[in-house]
Amino acid sequence: MKNSYLEISHVGIEFPTDDKPFRALQAVDISIDKGEFISLIGHSGCGKSTVLNIVAGLYEATEGGVILEGKEVDKPGPDRAVVFQNHALLPWLTVYQNVELAVKRVFKKTKSKAEMHDWIEHNLSLVHMDHALHKLPGEISGGMKQRVGIARCLAMQPKVLLMDEPFGALDALTRAHLQDSLMEIQTNLGNTVIMITHDVDEAVLLSDRIVMMTNGPAATVGEILEVKLARPRDRLALAEDAEFIHYRQQVLRFLYEKQKNPAAEKEAKTEAELPTKATLDSDTTAKSEAA
Amino acid sequence: MTEIAAIFRNEQGKSLFTPSQLILLLRHLGKALALPLAGIVIFLMLWQGVANSIITSLGQFPGPVQVWEQSKSLVAEHQRERQKEVAFYQRQEDRNAKKLAKDPNADVKIRPYTGKATFFDQILTSLYTVSFGFLVASIIAIPLGIACGLSEKVYQSINPIIQTFKPVSPLAWLPLVTMLVSALYVSDDPMFEKSFLTSAFTVTLCCLWPTVINTTVGVTSIDRDLINVSRVLQLPSLVHVRTIVIPSAIPMIFTGLRLSLATGWMVLIAAEMLAQNPGLGKFIWDEFQNGSSESLGRIMVAVLAIGLIGFSLDRLMLAVQRRITWDKQAILR
Ligand SMILES: Nc1ncnc2c1ncn2[C@@H]1O[C@H](COP(=O)(O)OP(=O)(O)O)[C@@H](O)[C@H]1O
Ligand SMILES: [Mg+2]
Repeated sequence: MKNSYLEISHVGIEFPTDDKPFRALQAVDISIDKGEFISLIGHSGCGKSTVLNIVAGLYEATEGGVILEGKEVDKPGPDRAVVFQNHALLPWLTVYQNVELAVKRVFKKTKSKAEMHDWIEHNLSLVHMDHALHKLPGEISGGMKQRVGIARCLAMQPKVLLMDEPFGALDALTRAHLQDSLMEIQTNLGNTVIMITHDVDEAVLLSDRIVMMTNGPAATVGEILEVKLARPRDRLALAEDAEFIHYRQQVLRFLYEKQKNPAAEKEAKTEAELPTKATLDSDTTAKSEAA
Repeated sequence: MTEIAAIFRNEQGKSLFTPSQLILLLRHLGKALALPLAGIVIFLMLWQGVANSIITSLGQFPGPVQVWEQSKSLVAEHQRERQKEVAFYQRQEDRNAKKLAKDPNADVKIRPYTGKATFFDQILTSLYTVSFGFLVASIIAIPLGIACGLSEKVYQSINPIIQTFKPVSPLAWLPLVTMLVSALYVSDDPMFEKSFLTSAFTVTLCCLWPTVINTTVGVTSIDRDLINVSRVLQLPSLVHVRTIVIPSAIPMIFTGLRLSLATGWMVLIAAEMLAQNPGLGKFIWDEFQNGSSESLGRIMVAVLAIGLIGFSLDRLMLAVQRRITWDKQAILR
């Protein structure tokens, strides 16, 4: 067995259901080096969030386990910060207080009050939220909430940053901006990151490796793609880069050829039915016009 | 609504309202008040009509007019009693001053005035009693509800007890509480009257359940993501309860508290009748026993007072909730 920083070793999980237990994951093996940026990509419902939750310690694996820096993960902790899919900010605390709650837990003994204050503001300015420090989550947009959620995790200086579709709710511009910030932060701080994404471009742009998962049930790691693009990466230059396009193709091929999405097939069918409906509609209009 | 907002946004004009705006405002007010007023007028007319045709052994059933007369006479009685009290203390002071003038070392006594409790004194007693009982219940029920919501084991073990005691009528508790207070509260210089404690604790017993049940529901329905945040941060239990559990559950806690207070106020009247605590319940009971031609009218005044006070108590809780809650946009009814 290799001795990597974070070892997800032969992880499987069964969820109890009414009749027979539902096997979501089977023999998931990923080993991650320190400072590596890993993307998890796969069709909706395959079990990406479940993998992340097991690494976070929020779910307990039925078989196998997760080892971080030589220690087995058995419960959640601030060394594995999670950016949740739906921001998960405390709605009764302001933006500042939400980050403060985390900072106080992590740096109570090592930072003074003033240092903590500066640190909170620094992290919020990293995600461009320093203009709304004293707003409640209910008073800012969904995208802004997600940014605060990211700031909260960055401020914890975790060993591993776990992100569950962190940019899924953001508009394209903000998303690009945050992707750039994230790359910059990662270059400076060398965070180890596992990020779930639906966005192939995002995965290729940000990752050192892309872990592609097979469809569930009993999902597992299908292929792992190493992205050897030089850093720092520039989205504009890469857009036409042959290597970038090659990586992108490989991910797309895995997702849409090797792992056909059952949901997508259904959608295709409804689309096929649409023209019939359109003709029907035009028929009725024609009739009413005649009358 | 935008029209009203426009009226108040007009800051340049010398007079706040132009005549046309004033008419607009009056029309809005009229719309808001018209239906409730119509309802009240129709109710009063029906009441007077029905009352006129009912003759009881204590005379005619009181209509709105008689009730209005009786409420005036209750106010007058209260004022007379207050004057008597002032006069009593005045006389006592004069007497003591004279005594001291004769002999500076004289032993002067100051006696408290022991007049008859008026209707308004009785209202205060009732409010005091219900507050005491409600407060004791809340202090027990909120933590208990939180414990039930946090721990499935606590919930499983307490739920059968809650479900059994919840439907018990206050009248069933009262004899037991009376005997318990008599047996356990023995003191030469009692701070509280026994009748007060009996009534208050009966209120407590009936106030507990809505708060416990609603708090439990509030705590069990906390957003899973927030619980996960707490787990990732490894928040200590007390911080977890303070920063996540209680704020999440506040709306349900208040729903419970409001139900409890409404129950408590209803229970109190029955408890006071039987325990003879000198509040509104005793007032009604005494008037009933008294059986004069005015009694029914006076009881009706008490009935209306009970209703209005119950309504105000609920509004008061709502105002407290508005102050406490973080979600200022939530519509509270
Ligand atoms: N707590 C749970 N209990 C039962 N089934 C679950 C639970 N969490 C996830 N699942 C199931 O496991 C599968 C994977 O879910 P998830 O990891 O959320 O997928 P995704 O890849 O979209 O993040 C889904 O079929 C889901 O229904
Ligand atoms: Mg998911």
